[in-house]
Amino acid sequence: MKPEKKIEPGEQLLSVENVTLRFGGVKAITDVSFDIRKGEVRAIIGPNGAGKTSMLNVINGFYHPQEGRITYRGETRAKMRPHVAATQGIARTFQNVALFKGMSTLDNIMVGRTLKMHKSFFWQLFRHGPAMDEEIEHRKFVEEIIDFLEIEHIRKVPVGKLPYGLQKRVELGRALAMEPELLLLDEPMAGMNLEEKEDMCRFILDTKEQYGTTIALIEHDMGVVMDLSDRVVVLEYGIKIADGTPEEVKSNQKVIDAYLGVAH
Amino acid sequence: MEAYLVAIAIVAAIYVLLALGLNLQYGLTGIINFGHVGFFCVGAYTAALLAEKGWPPLLSFSAAAALAMLAAWPMGLISLKLREDYFAIVSLGFSEVVRLVVTSEKWLTSGVQGITGIPKLFGGLATGLPNSLAVLAVLVAVNLLAIAAMRRIVTSPFGRTIEAIRDNEEAVKALGKDPAAFKIQVLMLGAALAGVAGAFYAHYIGYISPDQFIPLVTFQIWMAIIMGGVGRISGALAGTFILMLFLEGSRFLRDIMPFISEVEMASVRLGVVGLALVLFTLYRPTGLMGDFTRK
Repeated sequence: MKPEKKIEPGEQLLSVENVTLRFGGVKAITDVSFDIRKGEVRAIIGPNGAGKTSMLNVINGFYHPQEGRITYRGETRAKMRPHVAATQGIARTFQNVALFKGMSTLDNIMVGRTLKMHKSFFWQLFRHGPAMDEEIEHRKFVEEIIDFLEIEHIRKVPVGKLPYGLQKRVELGRALAMEPELLLLDEPMAGMNLEEKEDMCRFILDTKEQYGTTIALIEHDMGVVMDLSDRVVVLEYGIKIADGTPEEVKSNQKVIDAYLGVAH
Repeated sequence: MEAYLVAIAIVAAIYVLLALGLNLQYGLTGIINFGHVGFFCVGAYTAALLAEKGWPPLLSFSAAAALAMLAAWPMGLISLKLREDYFAIVSLGFSEVVRLVVTSEKWLTSGVQGITGIPKLFGGLATGLPNSLAVLAVLVAVNLLAIAAMRRIVTSPFGRTIEAIRDNEEAVKALGKDPAAFKIQVLMLGAALAGVAGAFYAHYIGYISPDQFIPLVTFQIWMAIIMGGVGRISGALAGTFILMLFLEGSRFLRDIMPFISEVEMASVRLGVVGLALVLFTLYRPTGLMGDFTRK
């Protein structure tokens, strides 16, 4: 269950302190600290292999760092399994679209809603009474998300048949169905054309406005990052090299050298 | 001839129960269960031993289902956190362990000699109908019930979650559900069906021994659901039908191929089913009732 405590916009929602993650002898993340404030869009950028996705995996419990602390909603967490992170309000999307390919758009998003469904298996089998009421209630919410993301036309289509850009959008919808407090997006715009990117940007900003969701995203398109995010953290080889507003980061010499490229 | 058809129908109906359970496990949830026959065996022995003690069928059948579930629980608890291919190995080992236990524990199961004289169901029926017809009717009813439940499961939130687990386990974790918990439940549900099938089998054949519960039984059910169409209820039905057609139909092959001896025929039967399986995977990989809306 979510703790009752309400965190006001601008307060610290999640903090990562001195986190180090190793895979055998390989250090994926070295002594990284940063925080995410309620209501902001926080970007994590860096060249390939910088440890960005590993960082997301640490935040939502797929990986367990050997050192360091993660504090979410004021509580320092012990080793945590991903489904526990989800129950505490952390949702995510994946770099390589992790949808349920055999299922329709509607069903995919409904699965995102499963967490909020509590009626037992036996009620579900009867398909009447409380389980049915619950299903209808959640279905309503899911339809709202479908309207919000403008994917009404593909509700019944198996997602495996959808173009990549739409799959990414469905995945966002599935994460939104959890009504997360913190939404982690792993390269939400990778492989999209310009128009799809613009749509996705709009949905991310609308999500923030409409649902008050805090968003942490990994992205390669610098233009997108600079437009969307309130603050940016830059990783290189698993080490944090910069942290600040897009303007600050843009003018940081280390970042320019490492990531944006420099004329030699 | 009619008696023969009824006999085949009964065996087929037992196979359908097994196939429905496996379809729930593999077709819907993606659990690669190579030890299905283990639960079938637990059910058969439970029913046979309790019948000896004079338990009424309703109770002994429930006990067969319950014990099969109970066997599935610790096994799932230990091994369902493994990746699916490892679970396949563990489950195969499980069914062999079950078989070895019933072979060795002679005080309870009389070992390789098996249990004989298991009473026929509806033996005391005085309607004049052959009791095998009554058995078939009950089996069909149980199958219909199982199918109805299965259809409900598919469209329920539980069903959506297990299908999601089949398609992408990591994503399910990220959505706040623990796949292992769901997989254990599914394993137990499928085991219960296999347990009931075992109970029917024991009472119908009247004699059970360990060598009836070899892994081949598991693989025949696998063949059935692969040929019929994985993940579809109609697939479990159609697949069992095809399997029985081949297993039984190849008996008649003898009439056109008299040069094959009785012993060789057993191998030919298996060969024919194997060939059918290969042809299916080559030309109809989604099975006879395969879902063509999926990619």
